[in-house]
Amino acid sequence: MTKVTMTINGKPRSGDAEGRTLLSSFLRDELGLTGTHVGCDTSQCGACVVHVNGKAVKSCTMFAAEADGAEVDTIEGQANADGSLNVIQQAFQDYHGLQCGFCTPGMVMSAAALLKENPIPSEAEIRHYLEGNICRCTGYHNIVRAILAASGQDVPAVAAE
Amino acid sequence: MNNFEFVKPSTVEEASAALQSEGAQALGGGQTLLPTMKQRLASPETLVSLTGVEGMVGVSASDGTVTVGGTTTHAQVAAEAASAYPALAALAGQIGDPAVRNRGTIGGSLANNDPAACYPSAALGSGASISTNKRNIAADDYFQGMFETALEEDEIITSVSFPVPEAASYQKFLQPASRFALTGVFVAKFPGGVRVAVTGASNNGVFRWTEAEEALSKEFRADALMDLRINHLNMISDLHGSQEYRAHLVGVMTRRAVESAS
Amino acid sequence: MPKDSGIGASPKRREDVRFLTGTGNYTDDINIHGQAYAWFIRSDAAHGKINNIDASAAEAMDGVLKVFTSADFAEAGGMPCGWQVTDRHGEAMQEPKHPILAEGKVRHVGDPIAVVVADTPDLARDAAEAVEIDIEELEAVMDMKAAVADGATKVHDDLTSNLCYDWGFVEENREAVDEAIKSAAHVTTLELVNNRLVANPMEPRVAVGDYNRANDEHTLYTTSQNPHVIRLLMGAFVLGIPEHKLRVVAPDVGGGFGAKIFHYAEEAFVTFAAKALNRPVKWTCSRSEAFISDAHGRDHVTKIELAMDENHKFTAIRTDTYANMGAYLSTFAPSVPTWLHGTLMAGNYTTPLIYVNVKAVFTNTVPVDAYRGAGRPEATFQLERVIDKAARELDIDPVELRRINFIQPDQFPYDTPVAVSYDTGNYQATMDKALEISGYADFEARRAESEARGKLRGIGVAHYIEACGIAPSNLVGQLGARAGLYESATVRVNATGSISVFTGSHSHGQGHETTFAQVVAEMIGVDASQIDIVHGDTSKVPMGMGTYGSRSIAVGGSAMVRATEKIINKAKKIAAHLMEASEADIELKDGQFSVAGTDKSVAWGDVTLAAYVPHNYPLEEIEPGLEESAFYDPANFTYPSGAYICEVEVDPETGEVDMLGFTAADDFGNVINPMIVEGQVHGGLAQGIGQAMMENCVYDENGQLLSGSFMDYTMPRADDMPMMNVDHSCQTPCTHNPLGVKGCGEAGAIGSPPAVVNAVIDALHRAGNKVEHIDMPVSPARVWKAMHG
Repeated sequence: MTKVTMTINGKPRSGDAEGRTLLSSFLRDELGLTGTHVGCDTSQCGACVVHVNGKAVKSCTMFAAEADGAEVDTIEGQANADGSLNVIQQAFQDYHGLQCGFCTPGMVMSAAALLKENPIPSEAEIRHYLEGNICRCTGYHNIVRAILAASGQDVPAVAAE
Repeated sequence: MNNFEFVKPSTVEEASAALQSEGAQALGGGQTLLPTMKQRLASPETLVSLTGVEGMVGVSASDGTVTVGGTTTHAQVAAEAASAYPALAALAGQIGDPAVRNRGTIGGSLANNDPAACYPSAALGSGASISTNKRNIAADDYFQGMFETALEEDEIITSVSFPVPEAASYQKFLQPASRFALTGVFVAKFPGGVRVAVTGASNNGVFRWTEAEEALSKEFRADALMDLRINHLNMISDLHGSQEYRAHLVGVMTRRAVESAS
Repeated sequence: MPKDSGIGASPKRREDVRFLTGTGNYTDDINIHGQAYAWFIRSDAAHGKINNIDASAAEAMDGVLKVFTSADFAEAGGMPCGWQVTDRHGEAMQEPKHPILAEGKVRHVGDPIAVVVADTPDLARDAAEAVEIDIEELEAVMDMKAAVADGATKVHDDLTSNLCYDWGFVEENREAVDEAIKSAAHVTTLELVNNRLVANPMEPRVAVGDYNRANDEHTLYTTSQNPHVIRLLMGAFVLGIPEHKLRVVAPDVGGGFGAKIFHYAEEAFVTFAAKALNRPVKWTCSRSEAFISDAHGRDHVTKIELAMDENHKFTAIRTDTYANMGAYLSTFAPSVPTWLHGTLMAGNYTTPLIYVNVKAVFTNTVPVDAYRGAGRPEATFQLERVIDKAARELDIDPVELRRINFIQPDQFPYDTPVAVSYDTGNYQATMDKALEISGYADFEARRAESEARGKLRGIGVAHYIEACGIAPSNLVGQLGARAGLYESATVRVNATGSISVFTGSHSHGQGHETTFAQVVAEMIGVDASQIDIVHGDTSKVPMGMGTYGSRSIAVGGSAMVRATEKIINKAKKIAAHLMEASEADIELKDGQFSVAGTDKSVAWGDVTLAAYVPHNYPLEEIEPGLEESAFYDPANFTYPSGAYICEVEVDPETGEVDMLGFTAADDFGNVINPMIVEGQVHGGLAQGIGQAMMENCVYDENGQLLSGSFMDYTMPRADDMPMMNVDHSCQTPCTHNPLGVKGCGEAGAIGSPPAVVNAVIDALHRAGNKVEHIDMPVSPARVWKAMHG
């Protein structure tokens, strides 16, 4: 075990990690931040996406030790300072962009990364960017609409072909 | 996964020394290695993280060559090589997904040499030179079959230099589940001739399609390939596609690469 | 103006806030002080004899509590099957024992052999490597038809063969159907495969067992769609724990799709081990493990024949199916290819004679059970594919062929020849609506535009019917169900007027906390924020049959309506007393009780307070308090239906199919929350499109799973899916439940696969390539092969 320290959602946190401790396990089991989910073991599903030093990464495919000293942002830190939902979270609720909620933390974190890179993405760009986030409930329809809305764009009932 | 000692050297020398211990393995971005370790198909005793090693990150261009540091992520290559070598940047931008591209590195990809990975086709198709802490290795000598390379145990890819062609393109046909290449073809047109490298298709890993290279070197048009058929016997057959299908895709993707080369 | 609350409105979901902020409470988020961790050692072999298990080295390792094997479960029962099918000769199906841990033999890759429990998950897995297991491999039974041939290797040595049952339905019609087919003007025959699928809810299964020595109480936290069913099955049949000593909690559950209906060995294991070790025991499934331990879906091999007269009227259907059961009978497996499949073979059509034969077969594969749609997609796929093929053979429009044969709106209630009675429907209306929305009439212009780009465009139509709102208990009892399929609800009104609704339905994405509250809010006239929907905990909810078969609003919602009606009736009595009026004159509107024809009124809160502070109260007539329960047993299934149309473009060079657009016009009867209904259809369509285009669970001939992770099992991704045109404006309300609702959860997965395949075949035909059929998934490689022979 070694001590690993990182700044999580703006606050310094530290805990014990073995070499093999994944960042996702460190967040969930060591720090109790269970909003980050694990839905696969092959780095495909994206339920575990967090931001490390501002970049979206799959926290199940990174060792906690690799994030030692890093800035880490998770779903628990996304709401506004007053506790209200941020623009992306609110859009997901407004457009019914989630059902069971399990993939949702990763979707929100990926959407945040996308909008940082590309503030006004097209429908096709949104779909392409989400290729590392699997949702089994929504058919992605309302997730795409939510992200269009979060970027301030008009949201058609059904997008043009 | 099995436990291991995690070491994070800051120089190439330290990293190389660490790799000489029994059961040591280098860790790039870990996007393939970690899932493999979770299945306990790889169980290193020491994992030597290269991401903290100085001087191995970044993209630079000079004298018709683009050089990419060994621990440069796919996302960085996609962004930073876009003007100097657009086909290489486009390829990097198609690997995995955005989160994978933020971690995965060129050195990690080339050292692993997955038969369906994208980068080997760019390195072989460009005639790149793979620089290690010991030597420079020509791409033609580097790839030695599925998951096999010329690297020695304690050898670290420090950078990869790509000669920039007049025109190039990478065409990837997705394996729909993994998003690796079911078949990917990198075509690069140089003053001295055309190189065609194919990934995803062969049981021997990435390879050069020399008949296509000859035809395209004479005439760089998709039509020049019309009569060419690649032998399917050494192709991969799996639930996503037969040998015949992959052989067919090699032809289609090569033609599309020629048509879209820029 | 659309309503903003109550029935028919689309308020935002209340459950979303916790899911969007990372504060949901999924089973893997539950950690109990002192818990140990279980690692299941599973068979690598599809079929083999266990010669020896040596766990001594593992048990000697630091941090290892115990290694369990089947010997530890000598006193326990096997995993029970909840449905007994009687075959066409009147014999009960063959029902093998399904032990918690393998006894003597392993029968599929993933069959659990032993379990290591240790202080940490990593230690448990490290120790598992030290357990020495000697297995002598046997021939794997994989092909269903070969499995039932004479002399085939048997999956279960104590059964007479690998045939679970040979089911005929309706057996009395068998000869008449044969005769009708022989004498038909035209017969269209189609052989097809309904591909095996893996449900893959994004949350893998998790189970945490806890035991309280002080009062001998067991608690199981589990990822279940129906915690009461698990309590009943595990308590009564597996571990012998009475209900009052067993609490089962299914907290936030990350999707189910059928795979979380069933009682699994891991649940029984952690419950048992928590007591045996006097430590809480947790098991968290990895995705790779889920592929070999969650029940799979579908996997039918079918031949269907459709007979028609000279006017293209359907005269008879004969269908023969081999249905894969896998190595053991999962909880509801026998019902899926029979009662959930055979009863739907009439579809939306007036076919007078139908005979369905199903041979259920044991193989060395993971057990197969209900997956979104369960039996109904298998029925719909073969029927809607054979109709399309018939239309081509007869050179008539496939829409027209369907119209000619539709049951007409004035024919309801309609008794089919396969034992069900449709209460309502209007199939012309849904078909017309889908044609209109999809721009069917203008397809040719779009096709020509695609052709100019070198692409082959096709359009595919399918119409479906499903039977859901499962199910009338007396009927399913006759059909072999070993449980009733009612639902319960308790409505507890608190003194200050807030309301807790306890429902036996379980929400794992469906949004019950929002929709159920809408219904009660509308009935009483209070704000939905005053109403809490409580589900998923057997210690809070008295009884429940859970959520599957699109039954929650139709059955669970109806129970809630009945309980709420009782509440209102009692509250009216109290209000009448308070206002010194006759009970018959009391009206309830917007949370106010008033006396008809007067200006006298009392508020909801005054009445509820009186119920708990009964100083001025009709104590001689009624008891204090305001809590009522109801059990609702449906009189019939509900029958949603709809028309689905999709448009695809095929790349002739690669065989790649691009899904351009999808239209669904569904008749769900009345709709409580349109936003949620549309979301359910989107998700169902994605799973149906996934089945049709990319998902495929594949074994090799030795029983090794080739598609054992997301690296090879293709899940639909955002860029695989189009925007979807979803309409539910055609509404023929259900006639036999109080809300007039039908259920919407499975429809999308039922109606979409044939629409997709029909569209791909259409694209090829329009390009002059007369391919008759391509089995799902219509992957690029398969389409290319079909095109090039």
